Amino acid sequence: MMRVASWLVGFGRFWYRFIIGDDWTVAASVAFGLTLTALLNRGQFPAWVVIPLVVIVVLRASIQRSKRTKGHAGVKRAG
Amino acid sequence: MCLAGSGDAGVTAILPVLITAFLASSVEAIEMVTIVVGVGATRGWRSTLLGAAVGFVVLAVVVAVFGLALSAIPIAPLRLVIGALLLVFGLQWLRKGVVRVAARGFAGMQVDANQETEMWTEKGVDWTAFVLSFKGVLLEGLEVAFIVVSVGATAGQLGPAVASGAAALLVVGAIGAVLSRFVARIPRSFLQLVVGLLLTTFGSFWATEGLGVSWPGGDVAILGLLALYLLTAVINIAVERRGPHRVRLTGNLSGVAR
Repeated sequence: MMRVASWLVGFGRFWYRFIIGDDWTVAASVAFGLTLTALLNRGQFPAWVVIPLVVIVVLRASIQRSKRTKGHAGVKRAG
Repeated sequence: MCLAGSGDAGVTAILPVLITAFLASSVEAIEMVTIVVGVGATRGWRSTLLGAAVGFVVLAVVVAVFGLALSAIPIAPLRLVIGALLLVFGLQWLRKGVVRVAARGFAGMQVDANQETEMWTEKGVDWTAFVLSFKGVLLEGLEVAFIVVSVGATAGQLGPAVASGAAALLVVGAIGAVLSRFVARIPRSFLQLVVGLLLTTFGSFWATEGLGVSWPGGDVAILGLLALYLLTAVINIAVERRGPHRVRLTGNLSGVAR
């Protein structure tokens, strides 16, 4: 029983690390982008532009965020 | 439109099926091999190849069970889920790759013993490598199977179509095996940037396609996405390398690395 519980915890931890990693905003932004893509596609808009734009914005924001969370105040100021 | 009957007519009917199935399957096989080689070189080969092998076994079972009814399987939800997961994971690697290359630059690209890497060094299975490789093989393998079934069944030439699809997988797989030796010499930080770019590109393409959105230019859009993300990464590296950034980034890299 303990072994099963331990396996389940490990399984959950793996998927948490895989999807959330060290920046939860990446997964949240991708989910938002895909939802927006689906909505725009229903309205016959060119929905394919959404995800590339999300990637460009999220990459920059995630780099900035990783520096902030590691206490790189000086780097942030200089940027 | 059955042309069987004379030898020339038979060849005339089979040739387009062979070429179409081979080329279309090759495109999917390249995507599959790119992911497997990239993940293997970055995380280690054992778990990556294990994931690929299990992916092929599941694929074989699916093909055996469904046979010609394979085209009835809804691929869109599969594309959406796998694409979204690759996109999320690829973006994380892309960020780490950008930060590391910005800190170390492209000069002196030897692998440093003290360099932080994503390489799996523990005894058990590296589930990250396993899952990435498994998903790549399963999704792309299914697409190859769909191509083979649709091209073969439509033309009434399933045998040649299957042979062509299998040949495409073998040829592209062999090229990937040869290239993996060269890929292994690339420094990990740079490799992580490249694999992050590829996973983000394929993830964007599949997830969006899974929502029923058509890309302008079809599969060619993959190259456009790759170019766009490469440009984005280069700009971010340039921004990070300006002024005092690099010194501080180098000093604090271990914090960002994992």
